[in-house]
Amino acid sequence: MWRVGVIAVNTFRENLRDKILYNLLFFALLLIGMSVILADLTIAEQKKIVSDMGLAAINIVGLIIAIFVGIGLVNKEIERRTVYTIMARPISRSQFILGKYLGLVLTLFVNVMVMLGVFLGTLWMDQVPIHGAVFQAVELIFIELLLVTALALFFSTFSSTTLSAIMTLGLYVVGHLTGDLKGLAEKSPSEFVKAVVTGLYYLCPNLELLNVKGQAASGIAVALSYQWLATAYGLVYASLLLAGACLIFQRRDF
Amino acid sequence: MDAIVVEGLKKIYRSGWPGRQGVTALAGLSLSVQVGEIYGFLGPNGSGKTTTLKILVGLIRATTGKAQVLGKPVGEVAVRRRLGFLPESPYFYDYLTAEEFLAFYGQLAGLNRSDLNIRINHLLELVGLAEARRRQLRMFSKGMLQRVGLAQALIHDPELVILDEPMSGLDPIGRKQVRDLILSLREKGKTVFFSTHIIPDVEMICDRVGIIVKGQLLASGRVDELVSHGHTHSVEVVCEGVSTDQLKTQVKDVTRMLQQGRRCLIVLDNAGQLENVLGVIRSQGGTLVSVTPQKGSLEELFILQNELHSVV
Repeated sequence: MWRVGVIAVNTFRENLRDKILYNLLFFALLLIGMSVILADLTIAEQKKIVSDMGLAAINIVGLIIAIFVGIGLVNKEIERRTVYTIMARPISRSQFILGKYLGLVLTLFVNVMVMLGVFLGTLWMDQVPIHGAVFQAVELIFIELLLVTALALFFSTFSSTTLSAIMTLGLYVVGHLTGDLKGLAEKSPSEFVKAVVTGLYYLCPNLELLNVKGQAASGIAVALSYQWLATAYGLVYASLLLAGACLIFQRRDF
Repeated sequence: MDAIVVEGLKKIYRSGWPGRQGVTALAGLSLSVQVGEIYGFLGPNGSGKTTTLKILVGLIRATTGKAQVLGKPVGEVAVRRRLGFLPESPYFYDYLTAEEFLAFYGQLAGLNRSDLNIRINHLLELVGLAEARRRQLRMFSKGMLQRVGLAQALIHDPELVILDEPMSGLDPIGRKQVRDLILSLREKGKTVFFSTHIIPDVEMICDRVGIIVKGQLLASGRVDELVSHGHTHSVEVVCEGVSTDQLKTQVKDVTRMLQQGRRCLIVLDNAGQLENVLGVIRSQGGTLVSVTPQKGSLEELFILQNELHSVV
């Protein structure tokens, strides 16, 4: 576990020195600017829009980092041949994969925490009441980021950076449309289509399960049992992807 | 005891397309490296040197054959605690300083904080980078990167050091430093296995050498043994007071003869003619200055083996 930590800390340091956290400045400017622009709206609309936009911004900024840093986590190491000297150390390939993943998760955690701080500050400045629902939404955004990072890492263990980006983005979009997949399966007259679409419905990550931003912006909290279930779903899915990534990486030649 | 044992190692890189033939990098390679020796692995580009080294450190898997490092099968994670590796033209995390870089590899090797500090200081001194310890690697020259790469290979004081072209990209001073470093490792009882295509480096420091061409080991042994087998030695004789005209009529098989003032240089292809030449010099009242046997060079052997294999 010690070696996993060493890889994770180094990955986090790489992200810091690659100035990835500069995105936070963009995020802060976006929120503050938006808050100024929306000052002319009615109080009720302003509160809802500030909450909505803030949560969406946290999600999108996190997602960009998860996908575009995630797809390079392993590929970059192989392309730059830094993996040669690391794999020659007493570290297993699974430990390496896990370390890289946790390093990016740490980066995302710091990012989300800072963005949450800025978001809460904006809400406070705009005199928008801060509900517990906001924290629920941010927690599930973070779980979604864990899942998407695992997805990007999984693809990057066997395909190129570009292909990994396309597949991760594709699955992200499909993941938010799984409800439609279910509807399509129910309505299709063909048994074959029904079977394929139902299979896809269960295979693709159900990311809508982790999306409670709309309710949170209106100040409506979801049931705690729902939150636990959604969190467990995201973590199990991410763990399965990581296990798959480790299995594939074990068999790779460098 | 052997530090490295390789038997019938074969590696075929599969092509990405089904039906298309793969590339054979190793075709049944067998060799052994003894504990405490410096073994030079010599071969032209594309001969399979790097593939062999990668298999030994567990970066790739052999298609067939057996490879053991320090008595354990390659690929075993625990055995990598006892070996250090420097790849060819290494690229490292350039956002790290030299100090952070060595700390990272030391931590991966399982060193504790106090041992790590001692080793970092010692190695940065050893490779001449003590003053650049807080500089990021992105500001290092190629030679400096090679030296800090060597330091990372040695950070955990390994028993076996595997180096892929360790002298490439270095100036003459840098190459001498690396040679001295390798020799100092042998003095400490370490085993060094390194690949190269720079023959003088091998001749200068290696206990034994192996020549690999097209994935097969064509020769292996001590440098002097290798160059003395299968080669015609020549002998250089220098004498005074003898005319070359007289010598030419009485001695056969003279490759070259040069007269410079009173001094005469005779090069014989056949060492068996030496007694005859010495007799002629004596009978002519000349004085013998020197007799120097000229051994074949490793370079000649290398080129010969390469050409022979190309013909086959």
